[in-house]
Order: sequence, then structure tokens, then C-alpha cells
Amino acid sequence: MSIGKVWVLAEADGDEVASAALELLTKAREIGDTVEAVYVGSSADAVAGVLGEHGATTVYAVDPGDSLSGAVGAAALEKLIGEHSPDLVMFDQSYDGRDAIAGLSARIDRTVLTNSADIRIDGDQVRATTAIFGGTQIVETAFEGEAPYLAAFRPKSFVAEPSGGAAAAVVAVDGVDAGRAGEAKVLDRHVEEAEGPKLEEAEVVVSGGRGLGEAEHYALVETLAKLLKGAPGASRAIVDAGWVPYSHQVGQTGKTVKPKVYIALGISGATQHLVGMKGADNIIAVNKDAEAPIFSVSDLGIVGDVHKVVPKLIEALEARA
Amino acid sequence: MNVVVCVKQIPDPAAPGALDSDNTLTREGKLILDESDSFGVEMALQLVDTAGEGEVTLVSMAPNNEVSGLRTALAMGAAKAVLISDEALAGTDALGTAKVLAKAVERVGDADLVLTSTESTDGYTGTIPTQIGQLLDWPALTFAKHIEVGDGKVTIQRQTEAGYDTVEAPLPAVASVTAGVVEPRYPSFKGIMAAKNKPVDEVTVADLGLDGQVGWSGAHQAITAVEAAPEREAGEKIEDEGDAHENIVSFLDELKVI
Repeated sequence: MSIGKVWVLAEADGDEVASAALELLTKAREIGDTVEAVYVGSSADAVAGVLGEHGATTVYAVDPGDSLSGAVGAAALEKLIGEHSPDLVMFDQSYDGRDAIAGLSARIDRTVLTNSADIRIDGDQVRATTAIFGGTQIVETAFEGEAPYLAAFRPKSFVAEPSGGAAAAVVAVDGVDAGRAGEAKVLDRHVEEAEGPKLEEAEVVVSGGRGLGEAEHYALVETLAKLLKGAPGASRAIVDAGWVPYSHQVGQTGKTVKPKVYIALGISGATQHLVGMKGADNIIAVNKDAEAPIFSVSDLGIVGDVHKVVPKLIEALEARA
Repeated sequence: MNVVVCVKQIPDPAAPGALDSDNTLTREGKLILDESDSFGVEMALQLVDTAGEGEVTLVSMAPNNEVSGLRTALAMGAAKAVLISDEALAGTDALGTAKVLAKAVERVGDADLVLTSTESTDGYTGTIPTQIGQLLDWPALTFAKHIEVGDGKVTIQRQTEAGYDTVEAPLPAVASVTAGVVEPRYPSFKGIMAAKNKPVDEVTVADLGLDGQVGWSGAHQAITAVEAAPEREAGEKIEDEGDAHENIVSFLDELKVI
């Protein structure tokens, strides 16, 4: 089953298209007859190749200048939707993706389905699924009312595959006025964590929780992550406590990760956390509470003190390096 | 400076969640202040304190005229609250919720800044702050890990994957606050006592002029299925006797990640 026209808001960091955009384009090809991308940035010609290779025939490009990308994206989409009438617009569940879907929703008075893990066409309905209650239940929701439908997806919901298409035709979008939303200006950018893979793209994720005892002990997590060429993550508890920034949070109100190996250190495994990591291929947990729920999903569970086990593990790995 | 903080009163997140027969989240029993919102309340109190004038007003949409979570935030130091409670709100989607909250902000009047969390703990759609901004036609500065106000402008450090961006906008504006950015104060005994007498303006959907725009009919989405997710099997569990790290090394070896 398919629908007519599916759009993907494709995000990129400079020339580098986000992997989530390619995942969404791949899914869009499966459910849409026509697949097009909307891109907010100043490198449209540089990204048109890879977007085309993943199925976008056209990329509508708008330059946000120094305004927030999501705010300009929402305004551009409103204008473009009026001209081209897509049936479905797919967004990445990222910071800018969330801004864009939210702003657009209010602009064109459409509901949103976010945190989606899948989408399918059933007869004349478009239905998206999302995991709730710590991933124990899957809810499927159908859009009602008039298209376009707006849905945001957790990264890694789909596997990106090239279609071998030619570079997308670039259509510059001019005359976008974001109104007061566009008055939020980016003055400068601070890069703090240039090292290592991104949390959502890492093969190995090492996360820490309250069982670490204090903020300084998060260094154990970072050291182990670095040794395994992985990314450091965190439970909500230690983000709420201010030990690490929100960008590290794995879970329902944070990120969903699906690495080859997930290592949970001092994390009890509240449902809030489990939903964000139980899709990992392999899970290793270290926790001193033998009854911790994290052990119900772990392939290898160590009942022990992270402060004893992890330093020895780090030492053993360093010895092999 | 006047700051409005949107707060949600939710079932205790430590308790297992459940769905009612109409597939809405079960909200029976006592509701509590969403911990995510305690950061916005604290931030608002600090901003007003720094400005040296103004007050913090809470806005909350909840079933059954629930006020227990509001009392917590009032005890922290907020001056007053607007509570929107109405049977007509059952089934309202995120956009409908944003419409209610935006109208409530207008009802409060003279707000310079609206603060929210980045998403609620129970529903976590994560679109409300920007939707409120767009509905009010105010800029929305999202994912703030630091906020300053001065010279008629709000400046935030906006969380990014790589670090943060400094983002600025003229007031009035909306900002969403990430968790952990300030340490929420515990209500004092004096605060708790004072909170009992602070004004809570209880309003209905009709009071806000949103008849027919919220609730099930306004949501434009319908749950078609709820299914149990496939369970993950628990594997080996061993007690550390000083050498458990070797088991981890062997496991990582098998998986060829080292």
C-alpha cells in the first residue's frame, strides 16, 4: 500500500547529511509514490547527491541565516505545503526536528505523532507505532482529518539503504518569513564533545546511573566508552541531578539507542530507561542490587559494585590495547 | 519581570502505567508535580529574583481540578496558578494542550517569559513549548541549559549534540528548560503553609473560548491497536567475587568489539 507524496525534513551538519534523514528517506520510498526532501541550511548542492541516492527526487532548500533552523523549517514547510500538498511529512526526533514539527503543527493546525518507531499505510489510513510504558507495549495510532500528516521518528527506526537514484533537483525556496519565531537568533556555537561517535550511532554505548554514587565517578563511564570506541550515555536520574547534560540521556524522555553492545553501570533499569536501550543487540549490566530490573533484560549481568568491577575492567582492556 | 511556568501534574512515574478503556493514560489517584517541571519553576523563581520585581505564575491543565502538584510548585515560591480542568479535555492531543496553555498564558496577561520542560514524563510528545510559542506568535527557544534575561531579551544556551548554541530573542518569548540545569529548592514549611492560601484560578474550556477545538474531536488521531511488545530474555547473571570483569572481557571478545 502506498500514498502519494511523502516528504522528509532532512537535517545535515554542514555538508554531512544526518543518518536519520537517510533512514527516513528509505522508509519514505517504501510507502510513498513520490519522495522529496526539505532541507534547511546553506549547502543544498552538497547534500543533493546523497539525498537523491536515497530516493529524494527533489530537495526544497531554504537558508535559515542566523535564525533557529526549526523555526525557519516550519515556516518554509507551511509555504511549501500550500504549493505542493504532500500527504505525509516525516521528521527526525532531534532538537531541530522537534522544533520544526511543533512549529508547523501550530501553523497549519495539524496533530502530530512523535517518538514513532514505524509507520504503515492501511487502506486509506496512515498509522504510526510508538512504544509506551518502558517499551512493554506498542501503540498504533491512525491519523484522522486532512493531510498532510506530521510524524517524528526515533533515530534508528529504519535501516538506511541507497536506491541508486540521481542527485535530487535543488529548488531554492525564497521569501520565507518565519515571523516572530524567526527572531530567535543563533549568536554562536560551542562544540564541547568532538571526540568519539555520536550516542545514537555508536556500536558501543556505556551508560552510568545513580549507582555511580557521585558526579566525579562518571569518569569511569567516559573512560570505558573511550576504550571501547563507544559513546557515553546516562540514566535520567543523573541528568536530573545535573551530573551530565540532557544530550547524554538514554530513555523515554531521552534518546533511543540500538548499539551492538550496551553496558549499563549502576543503572537500576527503571521503565523510563529500558525503553531507550532494550533494542540493543547485547546488554551488559553491572549493579549491586541483584533484584534490579536491568538484569531482566541483560545478556550478561554482574551483581557487584561498579567501583570495583569497572576499574578492573578498564585495567584489563588497557593491558590488551 | 513576570514569568509563567507551564507545569503538568502526572501519576507517580515510579508506579506502573496503565491505559483506561478509552486508551487514555489512567490518571486515577493522586497526581504529583512532574519532576521535569521543577527545573522550570526553580529557573523562573531565580529569574524573577534576579530581576528584583515581578512574579511567577503557574499554568496547568489537569483532570478533576487536581491541585496537589500545583501546591508543590506554589510552596516552592510561585505566586499564583491558573488551573484548566474540564471533562471536555479528555483525549486532547499535544496541539490542543498547547492551545489551552497559550490561552491560559493570555489570561494571565503581562507575561514576559513562558517556561516549560522539554517534554512531560508521562506523555513526552515534546512539541508543546514550540507550539505554544507559535500560537502566541512569540519566539520559542528550546532545550535551554542556561537562561539569562536582560535588556528586553532572553539569551539561552541551547543544548545541541555537539555542545550548545547561544540563542537570543526579544521578549516576550517561550523557553523550554532541560533537566538538571538548576537545583530545584525543597519547599520550606513556611512555603507549604503559604501555598494553601495562594490563589488558584480554576477555568474551563469555555472560559478560554476553545469550545469544540479540544478533546477527542479536536485530536485528529485515533489509537487503532495496543499490543504487548516482544519480551527480551534475561541471560546469565553472576555474582562478582573479584574477577567478574573477566566475564565482561570474554563477552566483549566473543562479540568482537575488542
